[in-house]
Amino acid sequence: MQQLISFIFKNKHFLIFLLLELFAVFFTIQNNSYHRSKFVNSANFITGGIYKRINNFKEYIRLKDENIRLAEENVYLKNLLDKEKIIDSINEKLLIGTVNTNQKYFYISSKIINNEYNRSNNYITINSGENKGIASDMGVINSKGIIGITKSVSNKYSTVLSVLNINSKINIKLLKSNYFGSLSWNAKDYQTVQFLDLPVQANIKIGDTVITGGRSTIFPEGIPVGTIKDFNVVNNNYEFININLFNDMSALGYVEIIKNFDKEQIKNLEEKSTNE
Amino acid sequence: MNRENLNIAFVFIGLVVLQIVILNNINFLGYINPFFYIVFIFYYPVKKLDAAFLLVSFLLGLTIDFFSNSGGVNAAATLFVAYIRIPVIKSILGKTELEFNNFSFRKLKFNKTLLVITTLTFIHHFIIFGLEYFKLNNIQLILTKTFLTSIFTIILILISFILFTNKNAS
Repeated sequence: MQQLISFIFKNKHFLIFLLLELFAVFFTIQNNSYHRSKFVNSANFITGGIYKRINNFKEYIRLKDENIRLAEENVYLKNLLDKEKIIDSINEKLLIGTVNTNQKYFYISSKIINNEYNRSNNYITINSGENKGIASDMGVINSKGIIGITKSVSNKYSTVLSVLNINSKINIKLLKSNYFGSLSWNAKDYQTVQFLDLPVQANIKIGDTVITGGRSTIFPEGIPVGTIKDFNVVNNNYEFININLFNDMSALGYVEIIKNFDKEQIKNLEEKSTNE
Repeated sequence: MNRENLNIAFVFIGLVVLQIVILNNINFLGYINPFFYIVFIFYYPVKKLDAAFLLVSFLLGLTIDFFSNSGGVNAAATLFVAYIRIPVIKSILGKTELEFNNFSFRKLKFNKTLLVITTLTFIHHFIIFGLEYFKLNNIQLILTKTFLTSIFTIILILISFILFTNKNAS
């Protein structure tokens, strides 16, 4: 016992070092696992609050671009309304979120207060959390296309696993045909993401549009992703397919978070089927 | 809290603010952001290794991690260079014992100081990018990023040494 105590006393610093280093590695591994990182994230009260302040300054500079984007979105939505002739029922459709309607998705508007795009695991912090009905694993988009999936959620802030994250995997498909694959990122260029697991029969061309596949409960089908930039075929397989994102991930402002009303039903159903 | 500790606390907060507000958004050449905050390792008085130094370095890294959603990457790297700081200085100076009482980087020759800074910065950056790209298994990318970012960080540290060297005479 005495030897043990004297050993601890002699190697005190090494033991402290080892202990803290283990903590750090534990946080790192925990952060890399797909499910939410419980401890170290910027969705908490302090970091979220500071990022909000910083963003207030930055936002002022970007107001013009953001206005243009909103105007474009308005025009697009008005055209859509005319096309589908649903103006009469618009008031009805705005009263959403009740169980009785058939609406499947509900969009929550939010603002990005911190945006990363130059690392291998990029996260975005947004200024709404549980108080606006956000939970983890919800899709995040803007008018131009896909942005990411929510991860850690606190009361007022949430972090978003950006599509520019090597841990990110999203179901996508081609607009012109029904071939599916998944979206991933190789951490090289923030404007380019990769299309994986696409069968060669899809016969893609440069410039083809890629949209979300709708095979998960996170994104509805048809959210724009990007266009095919280049690809290579080896042994009758796609070696790589690069996609040019529609979104400029370095200049994001307002986003919409997608809440899926059917999510729980679908999940329960799937769990039931796997248990049987 | 004496004056020295107060200074360290100010430097700690100042470096965190500088790092998250400005330096994390530089994006030189698209992705290079210097980790200037590790100048703390050189600023902290060189004396016999104490638990407080290890703890404060760990906290500094962890604070940066909180803001950049990087798990414990910065904490691991900063703690590691804090731990090996004195051994590295000793081996570069070729001494077995240091005179801690009046040790100062200003009294060293410039090339020795540069060597200490370069060694510790490279190790720190390599740990950061190594842990970050752990899954990708892409050693080439890790080394490129380590190299380019280290150059940027070292230049900033040298500039800060030149600017603040008189004030910090302690």
